[in-house]
Amino acid sequence: MSRQTVLTLDDVSKHYAAYPSNLIRFANWFGAGLQPAEVFKAVSNVSFSLRNGEAIALIGQNGAGKSTLLKMITGTVRPSSGRIAVQGRIGAILELGLGFNPEFTGRQNVYQAGGLMGFPREELTRLMPSIEDFAELGDFFDQPLRVYSSGMQARLAFSLATAVRPDVLIIDEVLSVGDSYFQHKSFDRMRRFRDEGAAIVLVTHGLGDVRALCDRVLLLDKGRVVKDGAPDEVVDYYNAMIAEKDNARLQVEQSRGENGWQYTRSGTYEVTMTNLQLLDAQTKQPVATARIGQSLVLRLTAQANTGIPNLVLGCMLRDRTGHVIWGTNTWHTRQAVQNVGPGESVHFNLHFPCHLGPGSYSLTPALTSSDTHLDNNYEWQDNAVVFEVVNPDRPVFIGSSWLDTKFEVKRGDA
Amino acid sequence: MLLAIWSYRHFISAAIMGELRARYARSRLGLLWSVLHPLAQALIFALVLSKVLGAKLSGVEHDAAYPIYLLSGIAAWNLFSEILGRCLNVFVEYSSALKKIAFPRICLPMIVWGGALINHVLLLVAIAVIFLFLGFTPSITWLALPLGVLFISLFAFGLGVILGLFNVFSRDIGQALTVVLQLWFWMTPVVYPIAIVPDNLLPILELNPMVALVGIYHDALLYKTWPDIGSLIWPALIAVTLFGAAFVLFRRVSPELVDAL
Repeated sequence: MSRQTVLTLDDVSKHYAAYPSNLIRFANWFGAGLQPAEVFKAVSNVSFSLRNGEAIALIGQNGAGKSTLLKMITGTVRPSSGRIAVQGRIGAILELGLGFNPEFTGRQNVYQAGGLMGFPREELTRLMPSIEDFAELGDFFDQPLRVYSSGMQARLAFSLATAVRPDVLIIDEVLSVGDSYFQHKSFDRMRRFRDEGAAIVLVTHGLGDVRALCDRVLLLDKGRVVKDGAPDEVVDYYNAMIAEKDNARLQVEQSRGENGWQYTRSGTYEVTMTNLQLLDAQTKQPVATARIGQSLVLRLTAQANTGIPNLVLGCMLRDRTGHVIWGTNTWHTRQAVQNVGPGESVHFNLHFPCHLGPGSYSLTPALTSSDTHLDNNYEWQDNAVVFEVVNPDRPVFIGSSWLDTKFEVKRGDA
Repeated sequence: MLLAIWSYRHFISAAIMGELRARYARSRLGLLWSVLHPLAQALIFALVLSKVLGAKLSGVEHDAAYPIYLLSGIAAWNLFSEILGRCLNVFVEYSSALKKIAFPRICLPMIVWGGALINHVLLLVAIAVIFLFLGFTPSITWLALPLGVLFISLFAFGLGVILGLFNVFSRDIGQALTVVLQLWFWMTPVVYPIAIVPDNLLPILELNPMVALVGIYHDALLYKTWPDIGSLIWPALIAVTLFGAAFVLFRRVSPELVDAL
């Protein structure tokens, strides 16, 4: 597969003009050249390029400009300045089920909505069997759309929208449709498109999707690209950013360890972590490589710099791909510490047996004031402790969890 | 733009059928309703006003002259108001598709136009049947009708698209047009014969292009005469100008359209 640039955005901006009166807007159509009263900058100076086989995710809070950017790439919204160059056919799924008519059957809707997407009728006829097959609607395919469940509509829409592999595939938060079986299936199809050479631009709030599909992530905030890099780096930065909406007080520092794990430390630091260590429960010796079944303890001390009403320790265990294996906090276990005075220390020990599969894992501790990290993020350290799990003494198994399983095997008549 | 329309012809034709089917979905009479509405309107006027206004129709010796006059006028007006009214709202109706799918936007008013034309043809067929039923034989002058259809379409399409574009930015246009259309209907000799209009008002009335365009229908269907080419110059000029202006404005406004939806 030859790698060539298929999508280029060069200093793209989109400004929405607000006119005090529509008369001024109308006058401008006839060449009056009047200035608008106010300009809202939805997207400012975004540049990136994408080669085939690459997948990029756009993440950011609501109103960050993600959807506007996608619409500009799709071609429905024209950029105010800058240049967008596309090689090949764009396939965009900005909303599932657009152009569908509830009175038509699934088959008729494929012609109707497919026509809207620019497919000639003969091609739709040719594609029909594969669309029908992928949507798995059975007899419903020839019944009116109004009797469909919303998941069935989504299946038909996705099946149509991805009937042909485009050169650039644009997807706006549509992966969350349908049941998990279909989600999995549609995800597989996108991954196959990418492997076959399609470039993918994806907007999502499912950060798991990002890690699984994309090689690169752009974080947008207020229409600007604030971070551009590898998925774990940008996603952890984003998590730190939403942890404290009052961004002025928030400090974020990031680095990538020699072992490849992305380390992100953020917070407002009313309380800070000290003495963070992963120890063997018996010997109290630091552990970097753990055996399956070994008793471990994560130890840390929270040092209050100012008085706080509520202190909660959260902890998260991730595998190598960034998937969360386990996580909880002391709010859920009803062990929140109240009224911590200035200068006071709180010691935490998290005991857990190492019932994990062989591989590399990380622990992410966070000090917050409640069950979510959105109220107060005092200190958060993504992947602060990294350890390996080895399997010296158990039968070989795969997966990230050690389950105490036993086969019963008998020969002869049952 | 023409090329875009051609390459999307399948979509346009599918969408026209879709619109018609969707509008009358799950009603037993279906498409018949699009014909029954104007016919019922003509029937009401005929019942209420035939004594008052029917006598004023000169030049035709037929018992059903007034109903025939009404039917021809209402057919013409119906074509005009349907294209105009639908063009006005089509961009707003399709706003989500406009925002999220890249396709030639000019397809939308084309769909409206196509749908209205099909309805119109059905109505004309129904009218022909009614004429026979009334014992009034259609004449060769029916062949002049395509001329009326053409100019009324151009006029309504041009005006509708222009107002429809403005309507995206200021929805007052749509509301105002409902009122204006009512007034306009009564400013056009559909219900009453033009003969009852006082002579001093006649020049003002004739500024209205619809007067001559509805006249084509009256001439062809009732009076069985060919249209007077001289009287058509003014409406034809306006229709073609508006049609052209609609395309020019459409090109200018198109980039801003999605921003306001």
